[in-house]
Amino acid sequence: MEDCAMSKKIKKWLETNTFHHGEFWDILKLVELKEKKNLKISLCIPTLNEEKTIGKEIVIFRSELMERYPLIDEFAVIDSGSEDKTLEVASSFGADTYLASELLPEVGDKRGKGENLWKAIYQLKGDIIVYVDADIKNIHPRFVTGIVAPLIQNDTIKYCKAFYDRPMAYSSGIRASGGGRVTEILIRPLFSLFFPELTSLIQPLSGEFAVRREVLERIPFPIGYGVETAHILDVYKEWGLEAFAQTDLDQRVHRNQSTNALGKMSFGILQTFINRLKAYGMVDRLPELATIYRQFQAEGNRYEQLTREIVEYERPPMITIPAYREKYGIKD
Amino acid sequence: MPKDFETIIAGLPTTREALQPAREILLANALMIGEIPSPTNGEEERITFLGNRFTEDGLQNISIDEAGNGMAIIPGKVGKNNILVCAHADTVFNKKVDHAMSVGPDEIKGPGIGDNSLGLAAVVTLPEIFKRLEIEFDDNIILMGCSRSLGRGDLGGIRFFLKNNKLPIRAGVCVEGIQLGRLSYSSIGMLRGEIDVSVPSEYDWAKFGARGAVAIMTKVVHRILEIPIPMEPKTKILFGSLNAGTSFGTQPTSANLRFEIRSEKEGMVAEMRSHIQDIIEEVGNLTDAELKLSVIAQRKQGGLAYAHPMVKSMRKILSALNVKPYIEPSVGELSELIAYGIPAVTLGLTNGENKNEFNESIEIKPTFDGLSQLVAILQAIDGGLCDE
Repeated sequence: MEDCAMSKKIKKWLETNTFHHGEFWDILKLVELKEKKNLKISLCIPTLNEEKTIGKEIVIFRSELMERYPLIDEFAVIDSGSEDKTLEVASSFGADTYLASELLPEVGDKRGKGENLWKAIYQLKGDIIVYVDADIKNIHPRFVTGIVAPLIQNDTIKYCKAFYDRPMAYSSGIRASGGGRVTEILIRPLFSLFFPELTSLIQPLSGEFAVRREVLERIPFPIGYGVETAHILDVYKEWGLEAFAQTDLDQRVHRNQSTNALGKMSFGILQTFINRLKAYGMVDRLPELATIYRQFQAEGNRYEQLTREIVEYERPPMITIPAYREKYGIKD
Repeated sequence: MPKDFETIIAGLPTTREALQPAREILLANALMIGEIPSPTNGEEERITFLGNRFTEDGLQNISIDEAGNGMAIIPGKVGKNNILVCAHADTVFNKKVDHAMSVGPDEIKGPGIGDNSLGLAAVVTLPEIFKRLEIEFDDNIILMGCSRSLGRGDLGGIRFFLKNNKLPIRAGVCVEGIQLGRLSYSSIGMLRGEIDVSVPSEYDWAKFGARGAVAIMTKVVHRILEIPIPMEPKTKILFGSLNAGTSFGTQPTSANLRFEIRSEKEGMVAEMRSHIQDIIEEVGNLTDAELKLSVIAQRKQGGLAYAHPMVKSMRKILSALNVKPYIEPSVGELSELIAYGIPAVTLGLTNGENKNEFNESIEIKPTFDGLSQLVAILQAIDGGLCDE
């Protein structure tokens, strides 16, 4: 696709499939629509040693999205074997808790967040499963309503990702917007090169997403760091960009990871990415490499893509330059 | 609605049991309120949250007044009288403080959770609680989150409301998150003041007896401590904060002392103020520094009698819940209600620690006793059992 056509498509997608959680403030309306469409919604929180934040998530989600507004039909904590009081805290507030290792025992046990997400498909009954990480300090019902609403409202959308505003400081109305360090350093350059349409996703690695069962049951799950990347590539390959949506959930406060940890994460993601290139038969038939790098800027709640041409021109070895050879008396 | 006290007391265990399923709703409200920073004079966002909740619960007359108070009415079956249930919405923490709350199986931790996120959450959750308990009152219940209560706010919210309110108020209940067993029914005489010491720029540092602002303020503090204070009726002078200087080796040119005088004796606060005024004038003359006393807030002494039916009812309710009453005069919203001749009490909902510290915490379990006591006293007021 020509760069200009690509940019137009991305612009249109940003207009139609990018939301702000504020658009879905009326939870009652969402509940009515969900009931009208006879949808069941499940919420899964994958955990590993999250005793500090899990209690608050459960209290707030149960109160706001089950007791006050019955948007969520069931809700489970699926744990990878926490050594702290995660499960005790979770069950004390009435959450259904499961050890991933005890679900589907006949397939064995692999340790990793992706394993919990995958086994949730077996355990939970919803037509839509909402995944929310357990390490969010500023938890709020919008972390669920914001990402499930596009799926309730629009039958074409199958996979909705959260993204967050992460302003450090900005002086004018326009601010650079993007993902975390791994997204900006690894994922966005890879997508810009190989799958430019996917650069429309502002934070492809965010741990909060809502997906239809019909999609979840048909895609494989890396159990480690690559699970989000694999999902995006596989859903894109099968259903195209139109299947995605993304919602701005404002700020997310969580613990920061060290550069070492991000290095490990990047290594896992890169494995997943290259495996996908192989599976799609792209390794021997690499597409013509794009030279347009795509980032984002935000103004208010409006996002637009910034494109920049980056051409890595290469000079030949100096020894091939006649003037150089003459100056240093280099003969054949 | 029960019309005799025995029925109300007998219903306490059932109320406490029936409140259990509302736990998540109460705690979620406390958490969400607690995570909205709400320094005095900056309560708008918390009050908006309150208003949204009142709207969701279908209450009437939902409004935010000019002083920033948020309120709504649960209409009564008869509606001739009104009972005010209020909680202050401000905290001592500024907006830059991390307001994240953490939840354990037995406690919640976070700045301001006890003073007064839980109290405000209880007010917000009352409509849901009444619905679950299937309680309807004859009187209207006015639910109110008060703005500008603490420190320099000087009860600005409740003062504005009482000055401009047109509804007859039969009684008031002020709700605090901590401590369970607290029973305030009187207002203590109080003066909240500041002393500023400022050394003029032309000050002669070489002069005999020349001192920096810290030394001058220290002298003032020493002199105040020498004021004879009676043991009975209880009177005390509390030094709340002292700020002065900038470094190790620079003469400080300004100092600020915040203090409160509290007394149960009529006229004692004015007498203490006069002593302090004399002291600062004398020290000012001796040192050539400028000393100024500013009054930030004052409360008049007054209140209900220990034998007032409302106080008696509260004591009986606490006793039925096996909670030891902790009698404490108040300088909060209660003092304004009393000044307007409205019988009122302040009560606490649960046990807590480290009030007004960053690691403030509350216990979850006793909250159900706290809420049961609140429901019971409202039933007693509504049934006419607290009228004199």
